Amino acid sequence: MRYIDLHAHMVSRSTDDYVQMALTGCVAVTEPAFWAGWDRSSADGFEDYFRHLTDFEPKRAAVYGIRHFAWLCLNPKEGEDRVLAREVLRRIPRYLDSPTVLGIGEIGLNRVTRNEIATFRDHVDLAIEHDQLIHIHTPHLEDKYKGTRTIVDILTEYDRIDPSRVMIDHAEEHTLPMILENGFWTGLTLYPQTKVSPERAIDMYERYGTDRICVASACDWGPSVPTAVPHFALAMKRRGHAADLIDRIIYHNPIAFLGQSPKFDVGSAPDGDAAATSSPRNLTAAKSSAGGVAAA
Amino acid sequence: MPSGVIPSPKTGRELVDEYFIENRTRLLEIAAFLDRLDRSDPTLVDRDYRVRAFREALRLLEDRPSASGEPQTRVERIQEILSDPTTEPLEKLDVKSARGAYDRWHLGVA
Repeated sequence: MRYIDLHAHMVSRSTDDYVQMALTGCVAVTEPAFWAGWDRSSADGFEDYFRHLTDFEPKRAAVYGIRHFAWLCLNPKEGEDRVLAREVLRRIPRYLDSPTVLGIGEIGLNRVTRNEIATFRDHVDLAIEHDQLIHIHTPHLEDKYKGTRTIVDILTEYDRIDPSRVMIDHAEEHTLPMILENGFWTGLTLYPQTKVSPERAIDMYERYGTDRICVASACDWGPSVPTAVPHFALAMKRRGHAADLIDRIIYHNPIAFLGQSPKFDVGSAPDGDAAATSSPRNLTAAKSSAGGVAAA
Repeated sequence: MPSGVIPSPKTGRELVDEYFIENRTRLLEIAAFLDRLDRSDPTLVDRDYRVRAFREALRLLEDRPSASGEPQTRVERIQEILSDPTTEPLEKLDVKSARGAYDRWHLGVA
Protein backbone atom coordinates (compact mmCIF):
# COMPACT_ATOMS: atom_id res chain seq x y z
CA MET A 1 0.00 0.00 0.00
CA ARG A 2 1.10 3.55 -0.71
CA TYR A 3 -0.72 6.76 0.13
CA ILE A 4 -0.55 10.53 0.41
CA ASP A 5 -2.16 12.27 3.38
CA LEU A 6 -3.00 15.66 1.93
CA HIS A 7 -4.16 17.11 5.23
CA ALA A 8 -1.98 16.41 8.27
CA HIS A 9 -0.96 18.88 10.98
CA MET A 10 2.35 17.24 11.72
CA VAL A 11 3.65 20.07 13.91
CA SER A 12 1.20 18.67 16.49
CA ARG A 13 2.35 15.09 16.12
CA SER A 14 5.26 13.11 17.45
CA THR A 15 8.03 11.48 15.47
CA ASP A 16 6.45 8.13 16.40
CA ASP A 17 3.49 9.19 14.27
CA TYR A 18 5.83 9.72 11.32
CA VAL A 19 7.13 6.20 11.92
CA GLN A 20 3.62 4.72 11.91
CA MET A 21 2.73 6.64 8.76
CA ALA A 22 5.91 5.48 7.02
CA LEU A 23 5.32 1.89 8.07
CA THR A 24 1.81 1.99 6.59
CA GLY A 25 2.97 3.34 3.20
CA CYS A 26 2.76 7.12 3.50
CA VAL A 27 5.00 8.73 0.88
CA ALA A 28 3.97 12.39 1.30
CA VAL A 29 1.96 14.69 3.53
CA THR A 30 0.72 18.21 2.93
CA GLU A 31 0.23 20.41 5.96
CA PRO A 32 -2.14 23.38 5.90
CA ALA A 33 -1.52 26.25 8.31
CA PHE A 34 -4.11 26.06 11.09
CA TRP A 35 -5.18 27.11 14.57
CA ALA A 36 -2.90 26.05 17.42
CA GLY A 37 -5.81 25.67 19.84
CA TRP A 38 -5.13 29.18 21.13
CA ASP A 39 -4.88 32.55 19.38
CA ARG A 40 -1.41 33.73 18.45
CA SER A 41 -0.54 37.13 19.88
CA SER A 42 1.18 38.69 16.88
CA ALA A 43 2.15 38.38 13.23
CA ASP A 44 5.62 37.42 14.43
CA GLY A 45 4.07 34.31 15.96
CA PHE A 46 2.68 33.36 12.56
CA GLU A 47 6.02 33.99 10.93
CA ASP A 48 7.72 31.59 13.35
CA TYR A 49 5.02 29.05 12.48
CA PHE A 50 5.64 29.53 8.75
CA ARG A 51 9.36 28.92 9.30
CA HIS A 52 8.48 25.76 11.20
CA LEU A 53 6.28 24.57 8.30
CA THR A 54 8.71 25.41 5.52
CA ASP A 55 12.05 24.59 7.14
CA PHE A 56 11.97 22.26 10.13
CA GLU A 57 9.01 20.00 9.31
CA PRO A 58 10.17 18.92 5.81
CA LYS A 59 13.49 17.87 7.35
CA ARG A 60 11.76 15.93 10.14
CA ALA A 61 9.51 14.11 7.66
CA ALA A 62 12.41 13.31 5.33
CA VAL A 63 14.05 11.25 8.09
CA TYR A 64 11.19 8.77 7.64
CA GLY A 65 11.18 8.88 3.86
CA ILE A 66 8.08 11.08 3.76
CA ARG A 67 7.94 14.23 1.66
CA HIS A 68 6.41 17.20 3.45
CA PHE A 69 4.65 20.11 1.74
CA ALA A 70 2.82 23.08 3.25
CA TRP A 71 0.03 25.59 2.70
CA LEU A 72 0.20 29.04 4.29
CA CYS A 73 -2.44 31.40 5.65
CA LEU A 74 -4.00 32.88 8.75
CA ASN A 75 -6.56 30.20 9.62
CA PRO A 76 -10.33 30.82 9.90
CA LYS A 77 -10.37 30.49 13.71
CA GLU A 78 -8.25 33.65 13.88
CA GLY A 79 -9.84 35.37 10.89
CA GLU A 80 -12.03 37.61 13.05
CA ASP A 81 -9.07 39.89 13.87
CA ARG A 82 -8.83 41.97 10.70
CA VAL A 83 -5.79 43.98 11.80
CA LEU A 84 -3.80 40.83 12.53
CA ALA A 85 -5.04 39.18 9.33
CA ARG A 86 -3.88 42.08 7.16
CA GLU A 87 -0.42 42.03 8.74
CA VAL A 88 -0.04 38.25 8.37
CA LEU A 89 -1.22 38.39 4.75
CA ARG A 90 1.34 41.09 4.06
CA ARG A 91 4.09 38.72 5.21
CA ILE A 92 2.96 35.53 3.43
CA PRO A 93 4.28 36.28 -0.09
CA ARG A 94 7.91 36.08 0.99
CA TYR A 95 7.35 32.38 1.84
CA LEU A 96 5.51 31.42 -1.35
CA ASP A 97 8.73 30.73 -3.24
CA SER A 98 9.75 28.10 -0.71
CA PRO A 99 10.29 24.79 -2.57
CA THR A 100 7.71 22.98 -0.42
CA VAL A 101 4.88 25.54 -0.33
CA LEU A 102 2.01 24.45 -2.57
CA GLY A 103 -0.43 27.28 -2.06
CA ILE A 104 -2.74 29.22 0.27
CA GLY A 105 -4.58 27.26 2.97
CA GLU A 106 -6.37 26.19 4.96
CA ILE A 107 -8.42 29.34 4.56
CA GLY A 108 -12.19 29.38 4.96
CA LEU A 109 -14.75 30.11 7.64
CA ASN A 110 -15.34 29.14 11.26
CA ARG A 111 -18.58 30.71 12.58
CA VAL A 112 -19.36 32.53 9.30
CA THR A 113 -18.96 36.12 10.52
CA ARG A 114 -18.57 39.22 8.36
CA ASN A 115 -14.92 39.60 9.39
CA GLU A 116 -14.16 35.95 8.65
CA ILE A 117 -15.64 36.42 5.19
CA ALA A 118 -13.52 39.53 4.59
CA THR A 119 -10.38 37.66 5.66
CA PHE A 120 -11.33 34.72 3.45
CA ARG A 121 -11.73 37.05 0.44
CA ASP A 122 -8.34 38.63 1.15
CA HIS A 123 -6.71 35.20 1.05
CA VAL A 124 -8.48 34.29 -2.20
CA ASP A 125 -7.25 37.54 -3.73
CA LEU A 126 -3.71 36.75 -2.56
CA ALA A 127 -3.88 33.27 -4.10
CA ILE A 128 -5.09 34.69 -7.40
CA GLU A 129 -2.44 37.40 -7.41
CA HIS A 130 0.33 34.81 -6.92
CA ASP A 131 -1.26 32.02 -9.00
CA GLN A 132 -1.45 29.61 -6.05
CA LEU A 133 -3.49 26.47 -5.42
CA ILE A 134 -6.12 27.00 -2.70
CA HIS A 135 -6.98 24.69 0.19
CA ILE A 136 -10.17 25.50 2.10
CA HIS A 137 -11.42 24.52 5.55
CA THR A 138 -15.19 24.30 5.96
CA PRO A 139 -16.73 24.90 9.40
CA HIS A 140 -17.51 22.22 11.94
CA LEU A 141 -20.77 20.55 12.85
CA GLU A 142 -23.88 22.78 12.74
CA ASP A 143 -21.97 25.51 10.90
CA LYS A 144 -20.77 23.29 8.05
CA TYR A 145 -23.70 23.65 5.66
CA LYS A 146 -24.00 27.42 6.01
CA GLY A 147 -20.23 27.89 5.80
CA THR A 148 -19.79 25.66 2.78
CA ARG A 149 -22.72 27.31 0.99
CA THR A 150 -21.19 30.74 1.69
CA ILE A 151 -17.73 29.67 0.50
CA VAL A 152 -19.04 28.13 -2.73
CA ASP A 153 -21.16 31.22 -3.44
CA ILE A 154 -18.18 33.55 -2.90
CA LEU A 155 -15.80 31.50 -5.05
CA THR A 156 -18.24 31.25 -7.94
CA GLU A 157 -18.38 35.07 -8.01
CA TYR A 158 -14.73 35.13 -9.12
CA ASP A 159 -14.18 34.76 -12.86
CA ARG A 160 -10.41 34.30 -12.32
CA ILE A 161 -10.72 31.15 -10.21
CA ASP A 162 -10.27 27.76 -11.83
CA PRO A 163 -12.29 25.44 -9.55
CA SER A 164 -10.08 22.49 -10.45
CA ARG A 165 -7.25 24.28 -8.55
CA VAL A 166 -9.33 24.61 -5.36
CA MET A 167 -9.85 21.94 -2.66
CA ILE A 168 -12.90 22.54 -0.43
CA ASP A 169 -12.15 20.16 2.42
CA HIS A 170 -14.04 18.46 5.26
CA ALA A 171 -17.09 17.65 3.13
CA GLU A 172 -19.91 15.53 4.50
CA GLU A 173 -23.04 14.06 2.93
CA HIS A 174 -24.97 17.34 2.99
CA THR A 175 -22.19 19.48 1.47
CA LEU A 176 -20.37 17.21 -0.96
CA PRO A 177 -22.84 17.59 -3.88
CA MET A 178 -22.68 21.41 -3.97
CA ILE A 179 -18.86 21.29 -4.00
CA LEU A 180 -18.61 18.76 -6.82
CA GLU A 181 -21.38 20.34 -8.89
CA ASN A 182 -19.37 23.56 -9.04
CA GLY A 183 -16.21 21.85 -10.28
CA PHE A 184 -14.11 21.99 -7.09
CA TRP A 185 -12.07 19.20 -5.53
CA THR A 186 -13.17 18.03 -2.11
CA GLY A 187 -11.84 16.04 0.82
CA LEU A 188 -13.40 13.65 3.32
CA THR A 189 -11.80 13.94 6.75
CA LEU A 190 -11.48 10.68 8.65
CA TYR A 191 -12.10 11.61 12.29
CA PRO A 192 -13.14 9.46 15.22
CA GLN A 193 -15.99 11.82 16.13
CA THR A 194 -16.70 15.11 14.45
CA LYS A 195 -16.34 14.52 10.71
CA VAL A 196 -16.52 11.28 8.70
CA SER A 197 -15.91 7.63 9.57
CA PRO A 198 -14.25 5.32 7.03
CA GLU A 199 -17.60 3.61 6.47
CA ARG A 200 -19.41 6.87 5.65
CA ALA A 201 -16.54 7.94 3.40
CA ILE A 202 -16.86 4.68 1.48
CA ASP A 203 -20.62 5.24 1.18
CA MET A 204 -19.94 8.61 -0.44
CA TYR A 205 -17.48 7.08 -2.92
CA GLU A 206 -20.06 4.44 -3.80
CA ARG A 207 -22.70 7.12 -4.34
CA TYR A 208 -20.65 9.77 -6.17
CA GLY A 209 -17.64 7.97 -7.65
CA THR A 210 -13.97 8.79 -7.14
CA ASP A 211 -13.51 11.89 -9.32
CA ARG A 212 -12.21 14.93 -7.42
CA ILE A 213 -12.71 13.33 -3.97
CA CYS A 214 -9.78 12.67 -1.61
CA VAL A 215 -9.52 11.32 1.93
CA ALA A 216 -7.19 12.58 4.66
CA SER A 217 -6.55 12.22 8.37
CA ALA A 218 -6.37 15.93 9.24
CA CYS A 219 -4.51 14.67 12.29
CA ASP A 220 -3.78 17.49 14.72
CA TRP A 221 -3.72 18.16 18.48
CA GLY A 222 -7.33 16.96 18.96
CA PRO A 223 -8.93 13.52 18.70
CA SER A 224 -7.54 12.29 15.37
CA VAL A 225 -5.61 9.36 13.92
CA PRO A 226 -2.45 9.90 11.85
CA THR A 227 -2.92 6.49 10.23
CA ALA A 228 -6.56 7.18 9.33
CA VAL A 229 -5.90 6.77 5.59
CA PRO A 230 -4.58 3.20 5.87
CA HIS A 231 -7.48 2.46 8.23
CA PHE A 232 -9.76 3.71 5.46
CA ALA A 233 -7.97 1.44 2.97
CA LEU A 234 -8.53 -1.52 5.27
CA ALA A 235 -12.22 -0.63 5.57
CA MET A 236 -12.46 -0.44 1.76
CA LYS A 237 -10.93 -3.90 1.52
CA ARG A 238 -13.37 -5.21 4.14
CA ARG A 239 -16.25 -3.83 2.08
CA GLY A 240 -14.93 -5.87 -0.86
CA HIS A 241 -13.44 -3.10 -3.00
CA ALA A 242 -10.51 -3.82 -5.29
CA ALA A 243 -6.93 -2.79 -4.63
CA ASP A 244 -6.72 -0.63 -7.75
CA LEU A 245 -9.77 1.38 -6.67
CA ILE A 246 -8.22 1.95 -3.24
CA ASP A 247 -4.92 3.00 -4.86
CA ARG A 248 -6.79 5.47 -7.07
CA ILE A 249 -8.39 7.12 -4.05
CA ILE A 250 -5.48 7.28 -1.62
CA TYR A 251 -2.58 7.77 -4.02
CA HIS A 252 -3.54 8.89 -7.53
CA ASN A 253 -6.32 11.31 -6.55
CA PRO A 254 -4.08 13.43 -4.29
CA ILE A 255 -1.42 13.45 -7.01
CA ALA A 256 -3.98 14.62 -9.57
CA PHE A 257 -4.87 17.63 -7.41
CA LEU A 258 -1.52 18.43 -5.80
CA GLY A 259 0.42 17.77 -9.00
CA GLN A 260 -1.04 20.98 -10.41
CA SER A 261 1.74 22.65 -8.45
CA PRO A 262 5.09 22.13 -10.18
CA LYS A 263 6.67 21.80 -6.72
CA PHE A 264 4.75 18.66 -5.81
CA ASP A 265 6.72 15.49 -6.41
CA VAL A 266 6.60 12.17 -4.60
CA GLY A 267 9.63 10.78 -6.37
CA SER A 268 9.59 7.13 -7.35
CA ALA A 269 7.12 5.61 -4.90
CA PRO A 270 6.89 1.86 -5.58
CA ASP A 271 3.65 0.22 -6.61
CA GLY A 272 1.17 -1.45 -4.30
CA ASP A 273 2.31 -3.55 -1.38
CA ALA A 274 5.97 -3.00 -2.13
CA ALA A 275 5.62 0.59 -0.94
CA ALA A 276 5.50 -0.16 2.77
CA THR A 277 8.64 -2.20 3.17
CA SER A 278 10.62 -0.06 5.60
CA SER A 279 11.28 -2.00 8.77
CA PRO A 280 11.10 -0.45 12.25
CA ARG A 281 14.81 -1.18 12.62
CA ASN A 282 15.64 0.80 9.48
CA LEU A 283 13.46 3.70 10.58
CA THR A 284 15.03 3.78 14.00
CA ALA A 285 18.46 3.86 12.42
CA ALA A 286 17.40 6.68 10.13
CA LYS A 287 16.07 8.66 13.08
CA SER A 288 19.27 8.35 15.05
CA SER A 289 21.45 9.38 12.12
CA ALA A 290 19.48 12.48 11.16
CA GLY A 291 21.42 15.63 11.73
CA GLY A 292 19.61 18.70 13.00
CA VAL A 293 16.19 17.21 13.69
CA ALA A 294 16.82 14.95 16.67
CA ALA A 295 14.93 15.81 19.82
CA ALA A 296 16.92 17.56 22.52
CA MET B 1 -32.31 5.86 -3.12
CA PRO B 2 -30.22 5.46 -6.33
CA SER B 3 -27.85 2.50 -6.38
CA GLY B 4 -24.76 4.70 -6.72
CA VAL B 5 -21.86 5.11 -9.10
CA ILE B 6 -19.72 2.30 -7.65
CA PRO B 7 -21.81 -0.76 -6.86
CA SER B 8 -21.34 -2.31 -3.46
CA PRO B 9 -19.32 -5.51 -3.93
CA LYS B 10 -21.32 -7.06 -1.10
CA THR B 11 -24.94 -8.13 -1.23
CA GLY B 12 -27.40 -6.89 1.34
CA ARG B 13 -27.16 -10.19 3.20
CA GLU B 14 -23.37 -9.95 3.21
CA LEU B 15 -23.49 -6.39 4.57
CA VAL B 16 -25.73 -7.56 7.40
CA ASP B 17 -23.49 -10.55 8.10
CA GLU B 18 -20.41 -8.32 8.24
CA TYR B 19 -21.70 -5.20 10.00
CA PHE B 20 -24.73 -6.20 12.11
CA ILE B 21 -22.87 -6.73 15.37
CA GLU B 22 -21.01 -3.41 15.38
CA ASN B 23 -24.17 -1.49 14.49
CA ARG B 24 -26.14 -3.39 17.14
CA THR B 25 -23.52 -2.09 19.56
CA ARG B 26 -24.04 1.50 18.36
CA LEU B 27 -27.81 1.13 18.73
CA LEU B 28 -27.46 -0.01 22.33
CA GLU B 29 -25.04 2.82 23.09
CA ILE B 30 -27.64 5.37 21.94
CA ALA B 31 -30.36 3.65 23.96
CA ALA B 32 -28.14 3.66 27.03
CA PHE B 33 -27.31 7.35 26.52
CA LEU B 34 -31.03 8.22 26.44
CA ASP B 35 -31.73 6.07 29.51
CA ARG B 36 -28.87 7.82 31.30
CA LEU B 37 -30.33 11.24 30.48
CA ASP B 38 -33.77 10.12 31.68
CA ARG B 39 -32.32 8.95 34.99
CA SER B 40 -30.55 12.26 35.39
CA ASP B 41 -33.21 14.69 34.17
CA PRO B 42 -36.16 13.56 32.02
CA THR B 43 -37.08 17.17 31.17
CA LEU B 44 -33.89 17.83 29.23
CA VAL B 45 -35.65 17.35 25.92
CA ASP B 46 -37.73 20.45 26.76
CA ARG B 47 -34.83 22.53 28.04
CA ASP B 48 -31.74 21.73 25.96
CA TYR B 49 -31.70 22.22 22.19
CA ARG B 50 -29.03 19.57 21.69
CA VAL B 51 -31.23 16.90 23.28
CA ARG B 52 -34.27 18.16 21.35
CA ALA B 53 -32.36 17.92 18.06
CA PHE B 54 -31.05 14.48 18.97
CA ARG B 55 -34.53 13.15 19.69
CA GLU B 56 -35.90 14.68 16.51
CA ALA B 57 -33.12 13.08 14.48
CA LEU B 58 -33.82 9.68 16.02
CA ARG B 59 -37.36 9.76 14.67
CA LEU B 60 -35.97 9.88 11.13
CA LEU B 61 -34.08 6.63 11.46
CA GLU B 62 -37.14 4.55 10.67
CA ASP B 63 -38.08 6.58 7.56
CA ARG B 64 -37.17 4.93 4.30
CA PRO B 65 -36.38 7.77 1.87
CA SER B 66 -37.61 5.98 -1.21
CA ALA B 67 -40.89 5.04 0.46
CA SER B 68 -41.71 8.59 1.57
CA GLY B 69 -40.70 10.18 -1.74
CA GLU B 70 -38.01 12.09 0.12
CA PRO B 71 -34.93 12.46 -2.13
CA GLN B 72 -32.52 12.92 0.77
CA THR B 73 -30.96 10.02 2.63
CA ARG B 74 -31.39 9.56 6.36
CA VAL B 75 -27.89 10.95 6.92
CA GLU B 76 -28.63 14.07 4.89
CA ARG B 77 -31.93 14.70 6.67
CA ILE B 78 -30.30 14.33 10.07
CA GLN B 79 -27.49 16.67 8.99
CA GLU B 80 -30.21 19.16 8.03
CA ILE B 81 -31.88 18.92 11.45
CA LEU B 82 -28.54 19.56 13.15
CA SER B 83 -27.47 22.42 10.85
CA ASP B 84 -27.82 26.18 11.05
CA PRO B 85 -30.46 26.95 8.38
CA THR B 86 -29.76 30.70 8.25
CA THR B 87 -27.91 32.39 5.42
CA GLU B 88 -26.86 35.76 6.85
CA PRO B 89 -23.34 36.06 8.34
CA LEU B 90 -22.98 36.79 12.04
CA GLU B 91 -22.13 40.44 12.74
CA LYS B 92 -19.26 39.33 15.00
CA LEU B 93 -17.78 36.20 16.50
CA ASP B 94 -19.95 34.83 19.33
CA VAL B 95 -18.23 31.60 20.38
CA LYS B 96 -15.08 30.00 19.05
CA SER B 97 -16.36 26.45 18.59
CA ALA B 98 -19.49 24.78 17.28
CA ARG B 99 -21.68 22.68 19.59
CA GLY B 100 -23.07 20.09 17.20
CA ALA B 101 -26.67 21.27 16.83
CA TYR B 102 -28.52 24.47 15.98
CA ASP B 103 -30.94 26.01 18.49
CA ARG B 104 -33.94 26.46 16.20
CA TRP B 105 -36.26 26.37 19.22
CA HIS B 106 -34.36 29.03 21.23
CA LEU B 107 -34.14 26.67 24.19
CA GLY B 108 -30.54 27.28 25.10
CA VAL B 109 -28.48 24.80 27.08
CA ALA B 110 -29.96 23.28 30.23
